[in-house]
Amino acid sequence: MKYVVLLLADGAEKPWEQLTPEEQTETMAKFGAFDEACAAREGVRILAGEALQDGVAAATVRTVEGQIAVTDGPYAEAVEGLGGFYLIEVPDRDVLVELLRELPAYDMQINPVEEMTP
Amino acid sequence: MSGEALEQVVREEWGRLVALLLARYRRLDLVEDALGDAVEAAARTWPADGVPDNPAGWLNRAASRRLLDRLRAEAMRQRRAPLLVTEAERGQERATAMADTGDLVEDDLLRLVLMCTHPALGAEAASALALRLVLGVSTYDVARLFLVSESTMAARITRAKKKIVAAGIPFAVPRADALPDRLDTVAQTAYLAFTAGYAPGSGPDLLRADLAGESIRLVRVVLAQRPTEPVLIALLALMLLQHSRRDARAGADGQLVLLADQDRTRWHRDDITEALGLLRSLGPARRMTPQGAAYVLQARIAAEHATVETASNTRWDRIVRHYDLLLQIAPTPAARVARAVALAEAQGPEAGLAALESVSVPGSHRPAAVRAELLVRAGRVDQARTAYEEALTLCRNETELSYLRRRLVDLSGPAHEVPGAAAPPGTSRRRRRSGGG
Repeated sequence: MKYVVLLLADGAEKPWEQLTPEEQTETMAKFGAFDEACAAREGVRILAGEALQDGVAAATVRTVEGQIAVTDGPYAEAVEGLGGFYLIEVPDRDVLVELLRELPAYDMQINPVEEMTP
Repeated sequence: MSGEALEQVVREEWGRLVALLLARYRRLDLVEDALGDAVEAAARTWPADGVPDNPAGWLNRAASRRLLDRLRAEAMRQRRAPLLVTEAERGQERATAMADTGDLVEDDLLRLVLMCTHPALGAEAASALALRLVLGVSTYDVARLFLVSESTMAARITRAKKKIVAAGIPFAVPRADALPDRLDTVAQTAYLAFTAGYAPGSGPDLLRADLAGESIRLVRVVLAQRPTEPVLIALLALMLLQHSRRDARAGADGQLVLLADQDRTRWHRDDITEALGLLRSLGPARRMTPQGAAYVLQARIAAEHATVETASNTRWDRIVRHYDLLLQIAPTPAARVARAVALAEAQGPEAGLAALESVSVPGSHRPAAVRAELLVRAGRVDQARTAYEEALTLCRNETELSYLRRRLVDLSGPAHEVPGAAAPPGTSRRRRRSGGG
């Protein structure tokens, strides 16, 4: 199954800019550990993953009365926007949740990807 | 004869058959119906043809044929349905190959239980699903247990099954380090169904102890797979002790009978004996999750009641000590209320009232109802009346409402006698008028 993992908020981590250089290095190392844990696990593949620019650069697109309206800023009244994402292939949800422990303790959302019939 | 044989095989083998069919065909949406059809076919043909030598194998083959028919029909229409995730895809090949008839791999049943009770499902949905899929309890009876309509329950079960497939909840046993947490959830799920059976309903469904008994069966099924699991042993002991009082809990008029007033000769001694044996087998030094330890303490409290012949012999001091420990592990408001009740019995109503201070259970009438009772015993009738009125505004269960109303009326009636009360009945009546005006 494929899932999208959305890194939504700092959660139990301090904001990036409040981390000491050492802590920043440690946090980065966790992404490396996640990559390795995924690579080591049979049936798991990271298909895509990117860190995103902060919410200031984001824009929200809505259709209002048939017109597309683009407003600056992330969706919802979130202080922090989406920080990054993965598209990942895993055998099941339990394996994914287990692997996500390798990542920094962010708040995340996981969504199964709808498998479209060709 | 064949009817009994069918009933027995359905009761004993339903979960195994579901597990076996799921392991092979991985179609959670089809398995239950296919098995239901097989049971129907058996009910039709067994009376004429005789009961087969291997009834479970017969049902398995009939359900398999049914499933294959459906799969072929789907293939013709080229519809692709989502499959349940099993171990094969997790890169953990199954250790035992499965033969056809009756040769069932024990672990499949554990996989089924763990799937039904996955923490990603809502607790009530998980309970309902486990009763339906593991034990074969009818949707009608599951609905009765949770006091909802049959169609509501059918929809809830269907939603839960869809969620399992859509969210990728696996039909698999997790890694050893994750298993204790998952077994805790299994225990919670079973206990939720059990307590639902004892939540007073209305009309003919006032008590549904027979259905509460089904969750005991669920624990036994899992315990057979993991016979040394402390949380399951502790839970089974707790359930058996509570369940042993089932026949004494309702009076002839259908009213609830409180523990102190129950006819203890109607308690089931066999359940009590088994529970005490289970508690002894746990020993003191077993490694246990906090949840398991909480079940043990609750079971010990229930055992205090179960092992004295009359309510007046109850060792309330020991019960208070058990509650003190329980509150260290699981400081829930409900446990604090129960401790206050025990303390009132051990040391008098004022001690209980002091322990009740600052305890509140959002939306529950219980703290107010208990405070009212203790205030009556302390002779503080005016305050008791206020507390009963508070409890009445919070209580939504018809049976308990009528009990509370009766108590409030007793408090004001001319026959009312407050043990050790300072105020004579006349005084309290006068006070009621001024208070109510």
